[in-house]
Parts: sequence; C-alpha cells; structure tokens
Amino acid sequence: MTASSTFINVGERTNVAGSAKFKRLIVDNDYQTALAIALQQVRNGAQIIDINMDDGLIDGVEAMTTFLKLLASEPDIARVPIMIDSSKWEVIEAGLKCVQGKAVVNSISLKEGEEEFLRHAEQLRRYGAAAVIMAFDEHGQAETAEHKFECCERAYNLLTQNVGFPAEDIIFDPNIFAVATGIEEHNDYAVAFFEACKQIKEKLPHARVSGGLSNVSFAFRGNNPVREAMHSVFLYHAIPAGLDMAIVNAGQLTIYDDIPDELREHVEDVILNRRDDATDRLLEIADKYRGGKKKAKVVNTEWRNGSVEERLSYALVRGITDHIVDDTEEARLQAERPLHVIEGPLMDGMNIVGDLFGSGKMFLPQVVKSARVMKQAVAHLMPYMDAEKEELGLADKSNGRIVMATVKGDVHDIGKNIVGVVLQCNGYEVVDLGVMVPCDKILEAANEHKADMIGLSGLITPSLDEMVYVGREMQRLDMDIPLLIGGATTSKTHTAVKIEPAYKNNAAIYVQDASRAVGVVGTLLGNDRESYKDKIREDYEKTRIAHANSQAAKKRTSIAKARDNKFAIDWNGYTPPQPSFLGVKTFTDYDLSLVRDYIDWTPFFATWELKGRYPAILENERYGEAARDLFKDAQAMLDKIIEEKWVTAQATVGFWPAKPDIDDVHVFADEDRNATLATFHTLRQQIAKSAGKPNYALADFIAPENDYVGGFCVTAGLGEYDRAEAFKKDNNDYNGILFQALTDRLAEAMAEHFHERVRRDFWGYESGDKFASEELIAEKYAGIRPAPGYPAQPDHTEKRTLFKLLGGPGVTNVSLTEGLAMTPASSVSGLYFSHPDSVYFGVGKIDKDQVADYADRKGFSLLEAEKWLSPILNYNPE
Amino acid sequence: MSEIWSKIEKAITERILILDGAMGTMLQKYQLGESDYRGLQYSDWDSPLKGNNDLLSITNPDVVRSVHEEFFKVGADFVETNTFNATSISQADYGMSDNAPAIAEAGAKLARSVADEWTAKTPDKPRAVLGAVGPLSKTLSLSPKVEDPGYREVSFDEVVATYKEQMLAMFDHVDAILIETVFDTLNCKAAIYATSEVFEEKGRKLPILISGTITDRSGRTLSGQTTEAFWTSIAHAKPFAVGLNCALGAEDMRPYIEALSKVADTYILAYPNAGLPNAFGEYDETPEHMCSHVASWAAEGMVNILGGCCGSTPDHIGYIGKAVSNTAPRKIPKIGSALRLSGLEPFALAG
Repeated sequence: MTASSTFINVGERTNVAGSAKFKRLIVDNDYQTALAIALQQVRNGAQIIDINMDDGLIDGVEAMTTFLKLLASEPDIARVPIMIDSSKWEVIEAGLKCVQGKAVVNSISLKEGEEEFLRHAEQLRRYGAAAVIMAFDEHGQAETAEHKFECCERAYNLLTQNVGFPAEDIIFDPNIFAVATGIEEHNDYAVAFFEACKQIKEKLPHARVSGGLSNVSFAFRGNNPVREAMHSVFLYHAIPAGLDMAIVNAGQLTIYDDIPDELREHVEDVILNRRDDATDRLLEIADKYRGGKKKAKVVNTEWRNGSVEERLSYALVRGITDHIVDDTEEARLQAERPLHVIEGPLMDGMNIVGDLFGSGKMFLPQVVKSARVMKQAVAHLMPYMDAEKEELGLADKSNGRIVMATVKGDVHDIGKNIVGVVLQCNGYEVVDLGVMVPCDKILEAANEHKADMIGLSGLITPSLDEMVYVGREMQRLDMDIPLLIGGATTSKTHTAVKIEPAYKNNAAIYVQDASRAVGVVGTLLGNDRESYKDKIREDYEKTRIAHANSQAAKKRTSIAKARDNKFAIDWNGYTPPQPSFLGVKTFTDYDLSLVRDYIDWTPFFATWELKGRYPAILENERYGEAARDLFKDAQAMLDKIIEEKWVTAQATVGFWPAKPDIDDVHVFADEDRNATLATFHTLRQQIAKSAGKPNYALADFIAPENDYVGGFCVTAGLGEYDRAEAFKKDNNDYNGILFQALTDRLAEAMAEHFHERVRRDFWGYESGDKFASEELIAEKYAGIRPAPGYPAQPDHTEKRTLFKLLGGPGVTNVSLTEGLAMTPASSVSGLYFSHPDSVYFGVGKIDKDQVADYADRKGFSLLEAEKWLSPILNYNPE
Repeated sequence: MSEIWSKIEKAITERILILDGAMGTMLQKYQLGESDYRGLQYSDWDSPLKGNNDLLSITNPDVVRSVHEEFFKVGADFVETNTFNATSISQADYGMSDNAPAIAEAGAKLARSVADEWTAKTPDKPRAVLGAVGPLSKTLSLSPKVEDPGYREVSFDEVVATYKEQMLAMFDHVDAILIETVFDTLNCKAAIYATSEVFEEKGRKLPILISGTITDRSGRTLSGQTTEAFWTSIAHAKPFAVGLNCALGAEDMRPYIEALSKVADTYILAYPNAGLPNAFGEYDETPEHMCSHVASWAAEGMVNILGGCCGSTPDHIGYIGKAVSNTAPRKIPKIGSALRLSGLEPFALAG
C-alpha cells in the first residue's frame, strides 16, 4: 500500500466486535485458537494488536485478563505493544494489570464529563499507558470536522495542563464513520475526518491520530473487494492528512495502485464526496467486483511443505501448536511404535530447543512454549501408548519415577517445572515436591514413592551447598539411586568436584537443561545405564583434574595460612607400620604372568580413541565390535610378550625412616634417624578452602615420629625400543602401536602389583582378602603411591631425589632424561605413603610466596623453580 | 525533598556518585547461623529463619550496621536499606508476612542512623539512604505452571498492596525509593503504581530510582523484554535514575547500559555483579578487573551512579569510587519526542 513508512498497522482481528470468528472462539473458551489469530496478525505486519472483548455474551474483565495472560507467554505475539480496547473502564483497568509493556488504551473520552475523564487519565498515568481519546463529549460523538476538533482540543488541554499527561502519549480518534450508506448526512464523514486530522496535526503538538478503518466501508458488508478498495483509498487520503495509525486487518490491505481504475475512481468519489450520485454509481459496479481475485496471504506457510520430521521440529522450535496433532498423527502412522515418535522427531526438536536456549538464542518463555507443543504432541500419543502397553500386558507401569524438588532455601522452580513437564511428556512419572524442600522430605518421598532417581534444582548460589548436603545424606543413608542436578548456578564442574565425591553409592549427574534431562533419565533407566554411569564418573574425574589445574588467577591463601590449615592427622595413639626392610631391593626379570591380571584396560581403549569403560566397552553399541577385535589382538600379543619375553620387567623398591619438616620430608639412612640421606620437598595447596577442608601437602601424611616413606621405580620396557623399531621397520604400525600400548599398560600393572605387595608384604599393613582388580583401579586400598609430575606433586625434579635414593640407573635400569622423563618409556615411579588417611589430591595453582619458599628449600633460584613449576603458577613470572 | 537529597541533586551534576555493594555477600562473611537469624526476638519461631537477611535488621542490627559502615567508609554516597525481601509476599517463605512492615521499617531506620552519623562526620559529602524494593518471589508475567500459561501465582492488586505496605513502612526514613533487580517489568509497574498511592497518602513524593535486570546475554529481562522496551514500560515513573543491576558482570552488562544511556533522558545507574559466579557460587572478580570495565563506562559518559551487586565488597566500591572521582558524569541527553510503546520489544513513532 501507499502508506508512508511510519504509518502504523494496528491488528483488528482480535476484536470480538470486528471478527465473528474471534468472538466465537472467546465465547467457546478456545483461547488457543484465538491466540493463533493474534499471531497471524503480527506475522502479517501488525505493529500493535488491538484486543477488544466488548460483547453481551462475554464477561469482558474475565476474557481480557485470560487472553492477555496467555498472550504474555507467546513471545512472538507479545513482542508488539497491546491496544486494550474497551468502552468499559473496568475492562481497561483489568487489561492494564496484565501487560508488562507500555500499552495503548482505547479509549477514554469526555462522554461522561471532565471529572470522569481526568480520573481515568490520572489512572493511566499510574499504569503507564498511552491513550486513544475518542472525539466524544457530553453532546455525543463528533461528526463534523469542527466538533471533532473541538472535542480533541479540549481533551488535549485538560490532559496536558491538569494531569501532566505527556502530549506524545495522546492519540486522537476523530471517528471514522460509514459512508455510502444512502443517508445524505453521512456522505461527508470521510472528508470531515481528513479535515479534523489536519487541524489536530496543525494545532495540537505531538498528538497522534488513529481510527478504526473498517467502519468506513460498513455499507458494503459481504463485498470484500469493494471494502478493501475503500480502505485503501481512505488511507491514501487520510495518511497525508495526518492519520498515524489505524486499526486494520493487517493481512488484507489492497495496494492503492492495484485497484482497478474504474473501481478506484468510483470509490474515490464516495470517500472524497466528489459527486452527489457517488454512492449510487459505486453500488452499480460493486457486484462486478464481488468475489474478485483472492488475496495471497502473507503468512509464511512454507514450513508446512517439509517432511513430517521437519514440520515437528519447526513447530517445536517456534512453539507452534496449530498443526501439532495432525503432524504427530502423521508421524505416528509412519512409526513402528508411538514411542518412537517421541524418541525420534520430537526429542530431536527438543534438543534443538535446548541448544538454542543454551546458547542464548531462545529465551525462557519460548522454551516453555516449546515444552507445551511437546506436551500436546505427547498427549495425542498417550492413548496409543496406553493401548500398546495394555496389549503387551504392561498397563499402569510408568517408564520410571522421578522425585523432584527445589532444595531448601531456594524458591525458584521454573526450570524444575520445565524439566518436570518434559519428563512427563516422555512418559515418566514425576513426583514434584515443590520449592524449599528440606533434605529429609526429599529422601523420605524418594523412599515412599520408590523413586528411580532424584532430581534437585536450585537457582541461587547457597543451593549448591544444600545439594552437596543432600548427596552426603543419600550416601549416609545408603540410598542407591541416581541423583540429578540442575539449575542455573549448578554446573558440571560443581557436580563433579563437590557432589559426586559426596555421593558415591550411585551416580550424581549434572543435567544441563530440560531437553537433555530426557536423554539422561532415559539412559539411566535403560540397559546401558551402568556403562553410562561409568562414562559420567570417568568424565567427572577428568573434570576434577581439569578443574584442579585450571584454578587460574583465582584467590589463593598465603602459604603461611595454607600451612596453618594443613591436613592435621591426629597422631595420638597412632603407630606407623614398620617396613620389613630398610634400604633398596630390586626384583629383576620379573615374571609378567604375575602382573597380567593387574592391567587396567580402560586407558588402553582410550589410546585407540575408543572411549568407554572396560569391559562394558566390548558390548558398546557403536564400536563394541571394533573393541572386541582389538582386545583379541591384544590378548594374543600379550601371550607372546610374556611367553617369548619380548620385554624384561624389573622393580626397585625402597623404604627409609622419614620425618616431616613443615612441607618437607627428611629421609634417613637408618633407624638412628641422624644422618639425613635426602629430603623430599612437597607442595601445598593454596586454593582458598571452605571451613573444615584442609590445604594438603604430601608431607602431612607422614607422622612426626617413627614413620617411613617408600619409593619405587618399575619398568616393563626393557627391550621395548628394539621391538618397536622392528615393527616400524616392517611397516606394521598396528602391531607397533599395539605393542607400546601393551608395555605401557604392563608398567602400570607392575606399579599396581608392587603397591599391593608393598601393602601386604614389604610394608605389611594390609591383610585380609585381596582387592579385586576393579577395586584396585578405583584405589580402594589404604595408602597412596603418588608420582612426581602428577597432581599431588607436580614437580618432576623430585624424581632426581627418588632415583638417587633408589641407587641410580645402575640399579633401577631406568634413567631420567634431561626433561626428567623416564626411559624406557614404559616405566612408573613414585613414593609410598602408608597412612590410611593419605589421599590423592591436586596441588592446583600456587602463588609466588610458596614458589620462593620452595626454591629456597630446594636450593633453586626463583627462576629455576618457576620453570619447573610453570604449569601450576598462579601468576605470570617476571 | 530531603535536605540531603537536594545536595545529591547538585552533586550528581558534578561527579559520578557511588552506590554501595552487596549486602548478602557481606553478610555471608559473618557465617551467621540459625540462632543468629532468630536472635532473641524470634527464638521460638516455627519455621527456619536462616537466610532471611532482612530480618537481621531486627535480630542482629550490629551486623547490618557494620556493612553499611564499611561501604560509607570507602566513600559510598548511597546505601541501600537491607529490605530487599521485606515484603509480605517474599517474607511468606519464612512465615513472616505479618512481620514484613516491621522488618522494612527496622532496615530503613538502621540505614538512616548510619547515614546520618556519616553525614555529620563528613558534612561536605552527604550520605543518602535508598529504600530497597526487591522483585518478589512471585511474578506477574510468568506462569509457574508450564501446562497452564495463563495461571499467575499472584495478582497485580496483591503486588501493589505488598509494595505499598513496604514503602509506607520505610517512607519516613529514606531519601528515595529504589525499585531494583526488576526481572518482571509488570512487578515493577505494580511497584510504581504503589508509589503513587503512597505519595498521595503521605502528601509528599520521594524520588524514585529503578534498576532492571538483564538475565543473560540474550539481552532480555526474565520476562522477555529488551532494555529499551523495559525503559519505555517504566518511564512514566519519571525516575531520578534508571539502570541495571545483578545477573551480569560488568563486562557482559556493558552493551545494555550503553543502550539504556542512549534512550533514557534521566540519570543512569549501574551496579553489576562482581563477575559471574564460579562453579561454587562465589564471585571472584577482583576490584581491579570490575573497575576496569565500569570506569570505562564513566569515561565514555554512559553513567551517573556506579555501585556493585552480588559479590561486590567495600574493596570493589572503594576502588571504583577512587577510579571515577575525577571523571565527568554523563549529561542527560535530549531525546526526541515520540509516541513510545512497548511489548517485549520497543516501539516508537517519532515526531
């Protein structure tokens, strides 16, 4: 159309007076479809939508309130301002209480006198709304240009002078009345409107003009082409006169130039009141144009042409419910089982929603809407799923039951509700305990309902601690079901670092968002649950390590304070176990068949980029076959390595009397404990710890009196170099890599095997049944064997001290490179600590005060210390 | 207008004024337990009270007082009263709805007395009290029930009533009202509506400051509005200052402060969090880092009042205050006249 670019279309279809269809929907309480009309208006270009519920059959306050609240959850509609249209003040006020944006009220007027008018205007100021002022006073609705302007001018002065109403917020409606009615007085109505527009614009600064366009063509009801032509012509003349906006059917505006010449001329005669016989002449030709060519709708319906999967995905992402039942039905007919529709296209769509939400491309209301589309789709599938269940004799069995709660101290539950809905959508039974739920109530409910898992939610930061507490309580009470963690401040890192260590009986799993919740819950209830949990545990272990390493530039405590907060073991009444020998023993040409069973196979597969825990990985759906083939080859080669002695293994183990000295550990030659053989220097955590959590250093694990420290170096790589080279020469890379991966595993197995021998025989503090290999891998035994260069002692140079004590390369058959790597590569070295409370920890980042102190103790320059410790410095060295 | 406020109105044309930092974060330092929250007054209260920070104004006023003290000590021009949740609706979480006015009044009186002491101490630097009005635990634009999007936990009239009660309780003791952490604009509009009734009842007006919360990098409030749409929706309050706080650290808040500073023809207020919470819910952005951002806003003429929200300590506030002490404040721009409306997005018809 020819309207200037600033002309505003106000959508009129959500008006019970203007749209019979909309009225019927409201009367029938079909708000869902009524919303679709509003959306259509916006999509067709309405910049404001007019909402009117004035009808004898409708409770205006109730309908306005209901519709506006529903509309608030439709971001595609709610993005535009609302025009609250009613002749009843109580309906207007009810509407104002529902809109967060700045709305326009349509309308107030001087009809009931100045006092009432100003009272309403004053209220509008408090609600913060603009207002349409109808040209209507105590004498009635203004018809002539003079009366129209008189009403407007009077209202303008009252508003701006008496109640400080901003002139910019005043919009006049000088009444668009029907023309060509056959009544002579009506013929000049359009002209009078144009004239009033001009005067308002000229004399009332900043005020706007609006009007209800469809009135003008009322005489031609039933003949849309003529009506549309009249609308177009009217606007063509009204806009230059000053009309800023009009309530129009945004989808049905004819372009002025597209109107057939004859029709346009006749319409123009009527609108501009150019001839006395204008009405008759238009009537004569009107029938000719009835049922003219249909207007192409501007609504974007292209997405309807896609495949059913594409349509479902589109509908989910856009939150469109219009076709969801039809599309779901179509998908159901194509699918083998109704459940497959959910697991397939619907969840795919929800995953897209989750990703968009996660990346900030969708916001909360849209996600809630998507969930609703999901729910409708599932509701459609439900009866079929129930029928199927009954058929299969599974009636009344839910897919799984989840107890969910927002933890104590937190009242935020929007996210939890979304998760609940989405889970229910997928056939899970959700027991939602609400907000501020104390731990005991959650656990009680979980037991009572025999929940398959618990889901905790929280938004504020103290909730994180509460979640840890719930985890700890679950552990204490021997509960054994997965614990799911979600909510804005939760994170994988927090779950991995704080919650999982507190709850070890089962899994503690961070669930990023609702879309992902279904996948997680489904997996936890499915056949792959154990390997999934293993995967999560492994992943969280990595997260913990990464976290410990990445405490970059965060607050550290001073080394002095960290030492004050050392891990203070109560040594009273503790007698350190005594090793069966002091000094060093070597075990040359060690029989690898004794070691074979100690192999941890999981890292072996990881080397081959087959991620998953052994032995579950052998049954992995995706690469289980590849894993089985590889494992077979590995076993065959292992046989040969051992039988044909492809490599020689050796272990060197030593024990020495030891005494802690702040963060150092002095090592003595004999029980006299006089002659210091060497000193191990340990590093202390400087990360700020919460109350009750110590800042560890390895020195904390040695008793002040009569304790010992052990050291070891094991290798399974004597001869490995030549063998590997040989494979390379044969261009047998597969075997070459396989071989090295195996010797690497054998070295680790040697370390594990010897640690066991140390605990049971050489140091002899462990008795009873041997631990199974899984338990060894999980480090369930007492005492540790930390290796220099690893998180508990990141400084590789400590290997020099260790190797010196062990007697050097001549004894160990393993030497250190300049960079302090061990050759042969398939070697492991470390220290032994016997105290049952000794644990593996990560030193994390440390500050300059400790580095300087450490350099001093080691006899390093600061520069040298900083070089070796560079990965853990909490500062940039000069 | 209070005598102090007329001085504030003069000072704000001369320099950037400083608002305090976070009350909650500071209180955490004290590691208060259930009994500290209960005090003697509520030792036999039925439900747990730990976490009801506003109640401390009654049960442990010295702690609250010392937080105000600390912020004044580092140069804050304003402190917010410890009344963020002192409404009958928010206090319902603790079964203390009926006590809300007493809590609000205690918080306002406490801040008043500390401010007056400091004004006496440094008469050339008047200290003002902003009556903090928080967002409520219930929201008018969002349904807590996904399956029933038309449902609301609370009505507009109830929200007006709860805010009115809070404001009346604080009215005689504060220099201005700060409606803050607005994540649902309709709640804020109810609060604005309440101010008009309170002012009418009291026969005098107080200046109003309003601060919205952009939830994340989508640039929207929780209820879905853009910054400009938010401003349009609340401009009728004719606030002394409008701004943003919470949810974002300074770095992420910048584009929205910039946008607001361009469209709002009133003073601009900004008090971001000290960064984003880390995995443990702690805010660990250093004063230097936070300041490097907000000081650049000041230098670019985007703000008039700076402070801090979650995680900001006296160190942060003192650092910021020093850094901007010689920076010229933003001048209120002339905004062209237009019919401005808003849904979730702004609408303007200029002319």
